[in-house]
Amino acid sequence: MQSPYETGATAVASILTAGPALTAEALVRAFGGRRAVNGVSLALHEGACLALFGPNGAGKTTLLRLLGGLLKPSAGTTRLHGQPLPGDAETRRMVGLISHHAMLYPALSVRENVRFAAECQGVINADGATTRVLTQLGVLDRADTAVRYLSRGLQQRVSIARALVHGPQLVLLDEPYTGLDETGAQALTDALGALKANGATLVLVTHNLSEGLALATHSAIMQHGKFVDEQPVSPSGFDVPGYQAKYRALVHEGLA
Amino acid sequence: MSAVPAGATHRAPSYLSDTWRIARKDLLIEFRTRSAFLAATVFAVLAVVIFRFTWDPTAIPAMDLAPGVLWVIFTFSGLLGLNRSFGLELAEHAYDGLLASQVSREAIFTGKALANLVFVICVQALALPAVALFFDLSVGPSWWIIVGIVLLASVGLSAVGTLFAAIASNTRLAELLLPMMTLPFFVPLVIPAAQATAVVLRGQPIADGMAWLKVLLAFDLVFVSACIVVFPFTIEE
Repeated sequence: MQSPYETGATAVASILTAGPALTAEALVRAFGGRRAVNGVSLALHEGACLALFGPNGAGKTTLLRLLGGLLKPSAGTTRLHGQPLPGDAETRRMVGLISHHAMLYPALSVRENVRFAAECQGVINADGATTRVLTQLGVLDRADTAVRYLSRGLQQRVSIARALVHGPQLVLLDEPYTGLDETGAQALTDALGALKANGATLVLVTHNLSEGLALATHSAIMQHGKFVDEQPVSPSGFDVPGYQAKYRALVHEGLA
Repeated sequence: MSAVPAGATHRAPSYLSDTWRIARKDLLIEFRTRSAFLAATVFAVLAVVIFRFTWDPTAIPAMDLAPGVLWVIFTFSGLLGLNRSFGLELAEHAYDGLLASQVSREAIFTGKALANLVFVICVQALALPAVALFFDLSVGPSWWIIVGIVLLASVGLSAVGTLFAAIASNTRLAELLLPMMTLPFFVPLVIPAAQATAVVLRGQPIADGMAWLKVLLAFDLVFVSACIVVFPFTIEE
């Protein structure tokens, strides 16, 4: 069995598992002279969830946008099931994005938003897929309501429906718990747990260590564009308080 | 919840279908909110009224002034809608979802440009009779030529405007930058459009304005093609 993670000479960190679904090799993204992401490598297999922690400006969101093909790397490569990102239509179709931004059109109804996303991802029978995903997320009864009239929590559920309607194999989540109440947060955790159990690969960026570690199979702490710590997360017996102390030491006390 | 919903199968992207889907979505949003359309219409009518009451008919004949008035109004009222084209994508970061989808960048551009074209034509459909009314213009049977000129110019205006709206939307001063960037590019569009309109309004044979129409057509062909090619480069941060 391979080591769950490995650090190469140039790669700051990597998490290697058998048959990776998502791989990134020595990813670099510079804005002007500043490297927001500086040599990150990772590999995640199907059903894995990487929880990515770090202070503001550490490069987490930039890394997520690189993994989703929304940004081109200055150096390095990202592959999803062997296909480079940003890739062709078929590869882009495998990705779902969830953010603390709703990523919805407020003037359109819930159904119109989700169906538009389904159609843009080429889903045949977009109406059926829309109804199915809205039912799964418990928002079918609000399907004809304009998104602008929904609470933040309901908007986030619709946003999750929009991201999952086409059945993505890689789901990238950027602070998805922001603004959610306890019920909404639990619904999101349940939805992500189900996705993971069905083989989707998740990358979750969050400031909340407890929420992130609850789902994670791997965790990483990012600072100054690099992974400064990475480790597998055992579903049973993971020392969350110990990890929080380690995070504080690495990030707040600058022991990286 | 399944990562792949049961029965969900996918089709390959289709340029025309995707273009229409994006245009339909933008137009539906504008139909629901009417914010840009109302602003552009109010601006167009106000501008016609101001031009009318500052015009001295004894100094300049209506036939000489009206083409310029018409195209100044068309240009600036069109700009009001162009800003909103990408503003509605960026407000809730819906653009990221669109860019991460299988829709091609080119289809995103043509969809947005098509929606802007419809928007511009709708505003012009109200502004044109207003100008004819206030300046007492009698176009007669040549009205369809005016419509043709308006359509030709609107295609170029929408294409160039959509491209620059995409560029400006990435900046903090989008509303200021858009007119500054687009107006110089509109000049080679507005001059032949105004000249061709003047030929028709004076009652001259259309053959007299054919050279201007050819310039308009060439502008459309060159700039629509160029904008489709350039647009994907405006997306990368």
